[in-house]
Amino acid sequence: MDTRHLIIGNSVAAVAAVEAIREVDETGGIVMVSREPRHVYSRPLISYWLAGKVDDRRMDWRPRSFYDELKVRAVLGKEAVRLDAAKHVVELADGGRIGYEKLLIATGGTPIVPRIKGHDAAGVFTFTEWADAERVRDFIRQRKVGRAVVVGAGMIGVKAAEALAGIGVKVTVVELAPRVLAAALDEPAARLAAGAMTEAGVELRCGAEVEAVVARERHAAAVRLKGGEELPCELVVVAVGVAPNAQLARTTAGAVEVDRGVLVDDLMRTTAPDVYAAGDVAQGREALSGTKRAIPIWPGAFRQGRIAGLGMAGAEPERYDGALVMNSVSVFGLPTVSVGVAAQPPGDAEVLVSENAGVPSYRKVVLKGGRIIGAMLVGDIDRAGIFTGLIRSGTDVSSVKELLLTEQFGVLSLPAEYRKHVVAGAGIEV
Amino acid sequence: MKRIYAREEFCLGCRLCEIHCLVRHSKSKKLIKAFRKERGEVVPGVMVESAGHVTFAMQCRHCDTAPCLEACITGAMHRDKKTGAVICDADKCVGCWMCVMVCPAGAVRRGKDGKEGKAASKCDLCAGDKTPVCVLNCPNEAIVYEER
Amino acid sequence: MRRWLVQPEFKVERDLERCIQCQVCVRQCANDVHSYDEEDEQVSSDGACCVGCHRCATLCPTGAISISRSQLEFKPNANWTPESIRNVYKQAEGGGVLLSAMGTDRPWRVYWDHLLLNASQVTNPSIDPLREPMELVTYLGRKPDQIRVERGPDGKVRLATEITPQLKLQTPIMFSAMSYGSISYNASQALARAAKAAGTFANTGEGGLHPDFRQYASNMIVQVASGRFGVDPDYLNVAAAVEIKIGQGAKPGIGGHLPGEKVDAAISRTRMIPQGSDAISPAPHHDIYSIEDLRQLIYAIKETTQHRKPVSVKIAAVHNVSAIASGAVRAGADIVAIDGLRGGTGAAPTTIRDNVGIPIELALAAVDSRLREEGIRNQASIVAAGSFRSAADVAKAIALGADAVYIGTSACVAMGCHLCQRCYTGKCNWGIATQDPFLTKRLNPDVATRRLTNLLRGWSLEIKEMLGMMGVNAIESLRGNREHLRAVGLSDREMVILGVKPAGE
Ligand SMILES: Cc1cc2nc3c(=O)[nH]c(=O)nc-3n(C[C@H](O)[C@H](O)[C@H](O)COP(=O)(O)OP(=O)(O)OC[C@H]3O[C@@H](n4cnc5c(N)ncnc54)[C@H](O)[C@@H]3O)c2cc1C
Ligand code: SF4
Ligand code: SF4
Repeated sequence: MDTRHLIIGNSVAAVAAVEAIREVDETGGIVMVSREPRHVYSRPLISYWLAGKVDDRRMDWRPRSFYDELKVRAVLGKEAVRLDAAKHVVELADGGRIGYEKLLIATGGTPIVPRIKGHDAAGVFTFTEWADAERVRDFIRQRKVGRAVVVGAGMIGVKAAEALAGIGVKVTVVELAPRVLAAALDEPAARLAAGAMTEAGVELRCGAEVEAVVARERHAAAVRLKGGEELPCELVVVAVGVAPNAQLARTTAGAVEVDRGVLVDDLMRTTAPDVYAAGDVAQGREALSGTKRAIPIWPGAFRQGRIAGLGMAGAEPERYDGALVMNSVSVFGLPTVSVGVAAQPPGDAEVLVSENAGVPSYRKVVLKGGRIIGAMLVGDIDRAGIFTGLIRSGTDVSSVKELLLTEQFGVLSLPAEYRKHVVAGAGIEV
Repeated sequence: MKRIYAREEFCLGCRLCEIHCLVRHSKSKKLIKAFRKERGEVVPGVMVESAGHVTFAMQCRHCDTAPCLEACITGAMHRDKKTGAVICDADKCVGCWMCVMVCPAGAVRRGKDGKEGKAASKCDLCAGDKTPVCVLNCPNEAIVYEER
Repeated sequence: MRRWLVQPEFKVERDLERCIQCQVCVRQCANDVHSYDEEDEQVSSDGACCVGCHRCATLCPTGAISISRSQLEFKPNANWTPESIRNVYKQAEGGGVLLSAMGTDRPWRVYWDHLLLNASQVTNPSIDPLREPMELVTYLGRKPDQIRVERGPDGKVRLATEITPQLKLQTPIMFSAMSYGSISYNASQALARAAKAAGTFANTGEGGLHPDFRQYASNMIVQVASGRFGVDPDYLNVAAAVEIKIGQGAKPGIGGHLPGEKVDAAISRTRMIPQGSDAISPAPHHDIYSIEDLRQLIYAIKETTQHRKPVSVKIAAVHNVSAIASGAVRAGADIVAIDGLRGGTGAAPTTIRDNVGIPIELALAAVDSRLREEGIRNQASIVAAGSFRSAADVAKAIALGADAVYIGTSACVAMGCHLCQRCYTGKCNWGIATQDPFLTKRLNPDVATRRLTNLLRGWSLEIKEMLGMMGVNAIESLRGNREHLRAVGLSDREMVILGVKPAGE
């Protein structure tokens, strides 16, 4: 089988690309190379796996028959280390070389590890891949871990804390920002989320900076905060963010231009011919600002992968309307959704808020020039997608502004034209 | 593919579609029992929205490029090969609500199925039945099941 | 003032073992009989406003609702019926004219139920309509006194007599006049579409022709009534035929009144009157005081339509109906439509609806006999109207001399009407006789059209069965053939008027 399509990565962006290619090109050879020696699995599920809520089988994001059915040669457990964009060849760590007609870089992100003292002590882990979760689990079992500190209260930190608490570890979360999920939630919303966490027995230290991991016998023994306070623990999970894993692209001596991530246009093409990039590794157009940003979220990775795949197979690509920052995080059972610019609305934006402490529920809509640019929902998140659709479509909602936060808000509240489009549309793409 | 379409101009807002959907997806499948005992447990896939005389029944559009399919982190949300319907495998679903966040029709709701007692709930086109129950039971043919 | 002497007519009961509190009934009743108490989380019903339309009971998914006549009985009194007592209460409280709708519900004799059809046995054998063709096609309009044929230059025989315009019906049943305004847009549309689908005709009534319905105009008869609403040359020319409405069976000698609040933009455009103004149809046509005047109008219409459309004259069945019908035929009417005592309406003073006019059976027989006696029966077709409930009623009417019938009430019932007789309130729960957008959308015209065409199809099949059973293969052979009828339980005099023999003779 000739290698028409070479895909580096085996996660969501890579899979979406493969599926898109196969929609158009049924026979062209596809090779997928992945550093991880595993079948396609879902990274966001690692916290569920650690908590025992998802077993090995359910980690599979695609059925075991996936590679066969889509006629893919999977080269697993091999790392791509060098790219020669001119010669159209990728070199693997074991010295193997694979030529390609079209290449997709879908290498995702790498966890950021601050170079603080003690970061390399045993018992300090990052938490972005299945192997991380396995290491954490094994470590907890072997060392009978009772206390853990999670550094960072972003999405991954919160989910890691939830998993750890779920298996009986006493967790303290340390966050530099004054609140949890600071990028996604504003003060009142974060308060609700924090409430759910503390209720579950998690201790929260917001506005606190980690100075060092205190190690004893090369094993983590405590986390020291600025100011000197020490939080004793046997396990530290560092979850302060991910950066695009653009190492491979950097080996091309500038042929593939890299900023924070690999720069791509609306068709996911990099600056080198026949080289595409998609997912967390890529830095493409952001929907609302129009500027290029690396946004490490799942739906974005899927969309980009799909567009890249279609382009690689020579099909008419679907419209890419830019990545929209969004996330849905269930915080210890409390659903939270944040889409667009919701946490820190620009000064000239109009902000609508409704709160129901009893439920609890918090809803916020950010408008600019009659259009919604952000939405945040905590608790009652039902029908949140309607807001996402409105943000995406840029629909003018000035006429129905009063209804946005009412209980009856629904498709019905929307301008008739848009409503008809949603009700009748088959391929509604918003 | 065949889809369910609302004919807003003829919807009475009676909500019989919701009731029959609930029963169809209940355990008991018995109208009175299901409505009394499983209401709240089973979330109907169709929901009627009304304001004054404008009412219509809304359910999953089974989009060609379905945002929920793209957003689902577990692969629970999938397209049925036979019917083309977008359906959620409650056993795989972990209730992360990514799908709820992205569905522009607001047609995915938080249900109580699945291992954790929470899974996305939505219209499944009655799992391949010839005619979905909402369409079958609408007294005014305000929802139709057809190829368009 | 509280209407404290008038007690509810109906009792609404809810079987709590079946009620699932789904509130469908709450959402369906336009009379606010059912309500949901948020605090008690309980649906309850107050029958005081119930009109007995069964909307809630029909839609209730569990069949939990039953509606019965109020059990509150007066002391039995053969003279003072509960209705008459209640009507006095109502008027004592309101002081106005009591209104009603649909046809009279008084127990006037229904002659159809005293007439029986014949069937062939041994001689003149019956015909199986499933095997043999059965002709129901009916032509309405003036028929020539005699027919002349000649041989053309090509040697072929051809008709030399000029035939005046005719309406061709695939079945001898038409929808009678119900104006857009009295009934909803969707109901009007369904009637027009069903007429077109079934190859028969619907009648605009006096409300004009909505521009949307022009596409069905080839299957519509347009009315010219005393209010002249919506009448212009275009209106007359676009239709298949024109009907001058002199009277209506439910309210002979009475005009009409559509209150201004019902005259919305669409109705105002269709009727060609200002929005919000009362649409008043005067009792008489102010330009018709004699048969000669009627003739002038008939010919004015014929001129306007270049003699291409049959003109019908619709009269109510009143005491001297045959003389009036004869006059109308002599005035040039191609069709005479007679609307009997039991004919329906959207609104009429109860006392007039219930006490004025004569039954259609007697009127029809009298008119047919009179026109035959005068030798002018061929000059006009007779269309009978006024509560045809079944194919048998239709067949009997044809045997009595009708060329075709108009159905109004049956058509409404086919669309869902439950004869609650409250059309005039504008709160028709079935979406038929209302303009309330919340209610009109309840009638999906696709569904209603299908139901109407089904009804016409069913009745037509039954008429064919009856023809076959009588040993004839065309509706023509039954028309005016009273030998096919026998009377049961009628007086000699009634039988003379009906021109039928008693059963057994
Ligand atoms: C714990 C956790 C929870 C998350 N929860 C959410 C969530 O709720 N919602 C959301 O939107 N997002 C979430 N995310 C983010 C989401 O998982 C990512 O956006 C998504 O996985 C990105 O997909 P990707 O295909 O770009 O890359 P990745 O999923 O990062 O996959 C990269 C792939 O490339 C391979 N690879 C990397 N380098 C090389 C190399 N040099 N050679 C060969 N192979 C290589 C890897 O083995 C892997 O297969 C979460 C992430 C984590 C870790
Ligand atoms: S059953 Fe039909 S009419 Fe009733 S609410 Fe549902 S769609 Fe509307
Ligand atoms: S809630 Fe379930 S179906 Fe929806 S995205 Fe999450 S895992 Fe998939």
